[in-house]
Amino acid sequence: MSTSASDPAAAPEAAGPAEPSGLYDLAVIGAGSAGLAGAVTAAELGLSVALLDTATGTGGQFYRHPAPAAGALRPEALHHDWSAYAGLRRRLEASTVTRLGGHHVWTVSREGGSDSRESGSAGGPAGGFAGGEGPWTVHAVTGADGCAERPVRVRARAVLLATGAYERQLPFPGWTLPGVVGAGGAQAMLKSGLVLPGKRVVVAGSGPLLLAVASSLAAAGARVPAVVEASGYLAYVRHPRVLAANPHKLAEAALHGGILLRHRVRLRTRSAVTEVHGRDRVEAVTVTRLDRDWRPLPGTSRRIACDALAVGHGLVPQIELATTLGCATRATPDRTTALVLDDLQETSVPDLWAAGEAGGIGGAQLARAEGELAGLAIVSRLRGRPARGGRVGKLQRRRDRMRAFADAMAAAHAPGPGWSRWLTDDTDVCRCEEVTAGTVRAAVADLGARDARTVKLLTRAGMGWCQGRMCGAGVACLAAGAGPGEPPAERRPLAVPVPLGALAALDGAAVGPVGEGPSAGPGDGPAA
Amino acid sequence: MARARTPADLVGAQPGPPFEITFDGRPVSALPGQSVAAALWAADILAWRTTRVGGRPRGAFCGIGQCYDCLATINGSPNRRACLVPARPGDAITTQEGHGHEHLGV
Repeated sequence: MSTSASDPAAAPEAAGPAEPSGLYDLAVIGAGSAGLAGAVTAAELGLSVALLDTATGTGGQFYRHPAPAAGALRPEALHHDWSAYAGLRRRLEASTVTRLGGHHVWTVSREGGSDSRESGSAGGPAGGFAGGEGPWTVHAVTGADGCAERPVRVRARAVLLATGAYERQLPFPGWTLPGVVGAGGAQAMLKSGLVLPGKRVVVAGSGPLLLAVASSLAAAGARVPAVVEASGYLAYVRHPRVLAANPHKLAEAALHGGILLRHRVRLRTRSAVTEVHGRDRVEAVTVTRLDRDWRPLPGTSRRIACDALAVGHGLVPQIELATTLGCATRATPDRTTALVLDDLQETSVPDLWAAGEAGGIGGAQLARAEGELAGLAIVSRLRGRPARGGRVGKLQRRRDRMRAFADAMAAAHAPGPGWSRWLTDDTDVCRCEEVTAGTVRAAVADLGARDARTVKLLTRAGMGWCQGRMCGAGVACLAAGAGPGEPPAERRPLAVPVPLGALAALDGAAVGPVGEGPSAGPGDGPAA
Repeated sequence: MARARTPADLVGAQPGPPFEITFDGRPVSALPGQSVAAALWAADILAWRTTRVGGRPRGAFCGIGQCYDCLATINGSPNRRACLVPARPGDAITTQEGHGHEHLGV
């Protein structure tokens, strides 16, 4: 299908809230698979819904596609299961959902003052809030990169976090050289900008995303001399029942495998890129065999000429907004931190739901099921009815089946403890603050740091622009020594950088009716 | 998927006419719908920032606005995420040196 007509979230006019008070029933943060499913489900059942996303279009990272101006006639050529997204988009266009694109949410707060974590969620009064709390306020800055300095506040009775994920990176010598890009980053730039980082692109790291990235790069015209996977795929075989229950995943893998075969892409398992060569940009990489614990095996290195490297080690749930509110978290099988959710997708904080990758990495299809389930649960809560029935049960079973698969896959690709052996002391670990592995190791060995937070205080690693998103996994592992090294669930009052002007505009401003906020004319933001 | 010669071939892109932006004063062609970072990649430019400490070149890394490695000075404004900001005709992109506020003397 064509996207040239219009992208829903890019629509210039957004409808106002259903209520004159400017209070939505539901604010959904994130317009990817989970958020779209949750928003349209709730709106079709009569709730007033605001849908916020940093991007101007919808689809999230998985269904990222060119802006309408690119005139892409076949955006589905870069996507698996595009029809599922097309269906959600049609429902969104037909719905009353207020679409707020270009909104970067920096915090979510609750009116009423008391600590929401203390109150129970069960049996909230009909149409009211659990524990007698007031509504939520979602704070956002606007513009393509949040630089518009116009703060927006959206008030809602319930919030659904569908904030997705970002890529996990592990450092290695040369990874800061131009031409080294995230595997997901290369995919994102290709899907939206229709560009490649080079002509010969090595794809490396770990996780199922690598195969998808390599097959899209090859299909789009890049040479892919090798896909370098640190784990093996044999670990999947340890979960035969989980595999048999998820045939769609096998079909997807077979599709990528077929494309890679046709483009003669060499798959090297139990190997890693242990060094990047080049002065000001990538000229070649060194690939080394690994043992089961990801320790590089001496004497097994080979050099592969390339002009770009797309690298990533799985995905990390994006949960800062939730952890700042005190939501309980859990460690996932591949040692990321995800939100603890109940049977109906509610977090440990009442009236705050989550769906998709925030509850653990599982892919777009799982995100859709969870988004719909959360939408149904929220409608039930706001109407004071229990959430049950055939659809709820069916979605729960579907979710559990796909979660089991995601857990098996995560376990198979969990970073081995030996990876840090490929670091040299002068390898930058923190890209933003340019803190080397040697400095981090000294903080651990000489100064007694035992966790990422202490390392940050001693060395500034994780204190820069990205707030530790790129170096968090690496620093946590180095700080833990031989331990597993889970990055901490950080509490950040500001989830994204906020211009001082935007903060200043908050002072003394009344929380205005939302409909007059983001999409109407100038001068409509909260008065400064 | 058969191999396409270019990503635009693959998705059948029929954008409007290209327009010009500049990178450190030299002209770069951009297509409607591209981010600043995508337009620079298309011109084989991979770095548009130097780091504060080591003065090393950097460009787009995560591609989704999370890593802030792609910060550029766009029309005189430093610290803009080039992977998120759409390219517009006449945009002047300049290599950002360090924190981009050199003129403040900090």
